[in-house]
Amino acid sequence: MKNKYSIFSLVKNAFSYHENWEKAWKDPEPKKEYDAIIIGGGGHGLATAYYLAKKHDMKNIALVEKGWIGGGNTGRNTTIIRSNYLWDASAGLYDHALRIWEGLSQELNYNVMFSQRGVMNLAHNLQDVRDLKRRTHANRLNGIDAVYLNTEQVKKFCPIINTSPDIRYPVLGGTLQRRAGTARHDAVAWGYARGANEMGVDIIQNCEVKGIKRNGDSVEGIETTKGFIKTKKIGVVAAGHSSVIASMAGLKLPLESKPLQALVSEPVKPIIDTVVMSNAVHAYVSQSDKGELVIGAGTDDYVSYSQKGSHDIVEGTLNAILELYPIFSRMRMLRQWGGIVDICPDASPIISKTSIKGLYFNCGWGTGGFKATPGSGDLFAHTIANDEPHKLNAAFNINRFVSGNLVDEHGAAAVAH
Amino acid sequence: MFVINCPYCGEREQSEFKAGGEAHIVRPKQPTELSDDEWAEYLFMRKNIKGIQFERWIHTHGCRKWFNVVRDTSNDKIKAVYKMGEEPPTV
Repeated sequence: MKNKYSIFSLVKNAFSYHENWEKAWKDPEPKKEYDAIIIGGGGHGLATAYYLAKKHDMKNIALVEKGWIGGGNTGRNTTIIRSNYLWDASAGLYDHALRIWEGLSQELNYNVMFSQRGVMNLAHNLQDVRDLKRRTHANRLNGIDAVYLNTEQVKKFCPIINTSPDIRYPVLGGTLQRRAGTARHDAVAWGYARGANEMGVDIIQNCEVKGIKRNGDSVEGIETTKGFIKTKKIGVVAAGHSSVIASMAGLKLPLESKPLQALVSEPVKPIIDTVVMSNAVHAYVSQSDKGELVIGAGTDDYVSYSQKGSHDIVEGTLNAILELYPIFSRMRMLRQWGGIVDICPDASPIISKTSIKGLYFNCGWGTGGFKATPGSGDLFAHTIANDEPHKLNAAFNINRFVSGNLVDEHGAAAVAH
Repeated sequence: MFVINCPYCGEREQSEFKAGGEAHIVRPKQPTELSDDEWAEYLFMRKNIKGIQFERWIHTHGCRKWFNVVRDTSNDKIKAVYKMGEEPPTV
């Protein structure tokens, strides 16, 4: 039953004090068997289920989630969206996602608050300048909007940046992608969940996967805390826990799971109307609609699933923030948290079939998965439905670690790992 | 954030150290004989365990020596520390 959100439904529900809104998604018990099961109810998993139902005509789909949907890295990231990656394969992948973002609120009938406020990446040394200019050229050849700015233009675009030549790492320039920006992370999960639910996808929360049942070289189903569920196709979108799920099927992945931290300040009046990232000093900042500064820190260098990182990482990021934005020196930080990100050796994701028939992995997004949510779901759904990758994710197969065809995006990933 | 008991210097803040990843990955004795699959396994594939993991650390801002740590990656509790070349303890 389609419950279309509109001004009319808003008025209608106002008469009942907004107490009778239909639930955006049901809370079903798992059936005995599904045509496909998605493991992981973050943005990527929900988007995968949504596009499987929408574009590939699969209706008997379940999505199982250990906790609640959108409660992992989807709810923990700094919501930055951009597509200015260096290599052709990555440009294709991330710009595919960005194009879907541009029409997503309309498509889902759900406001994901996509805001194309621009993302600026700063250069602080000669090598940064060369790298960013090269990346700008590469982007433009791939049809991605990118411009290179000199120091004065950076200052003009974001006046609160300290562009003095006297700071430890002076701002020598930067790149700007105007189509880039931010979106409301929770709304993305909820919008996809509502859309998937409407098309008959069972979203099963509080259902932890305990094992993957194999019959020789193909999958037969999953063992969960809500019992055994039979299926021939399993799509794993478990982010930091991908290796844990892989080991249940006897697979090893080229991943390391590490804590990545972020923090927000107390809310203040609008002061920064864009996203500014700096790879070299490791500081990136934007301002949420509530007025909080949203600041991203780096990863720790050790494997951990504890969802908390080291204090010195946060300290390093805040040092850099204060040098670049002295105006923030008396801001108080409100909250700080960590998420567990699964990092590939080449800082590019894996959207791939595996050596086991019917088992697919979408993982390795590392520090920058949120921006790709719609594209990742779309391409992963294609891969699962056709048992073949789409041409946009063919390069991101798991065999690249055997063939050596790595997609090295450590520069464009913009978070040190 | 946790404290590591360096076998040479004693207890120090984790920030003095650098993590070196999974321990006991043996360098191939005959690299020229290796297949692409074996290279991928050696270079890239990792256990990435949630639970007890054996790993290498270096005391970068101290004695600058490498050693091994047994750590529970689900809560960052360290179970044992032992020197390079020593047999891994049973925990």
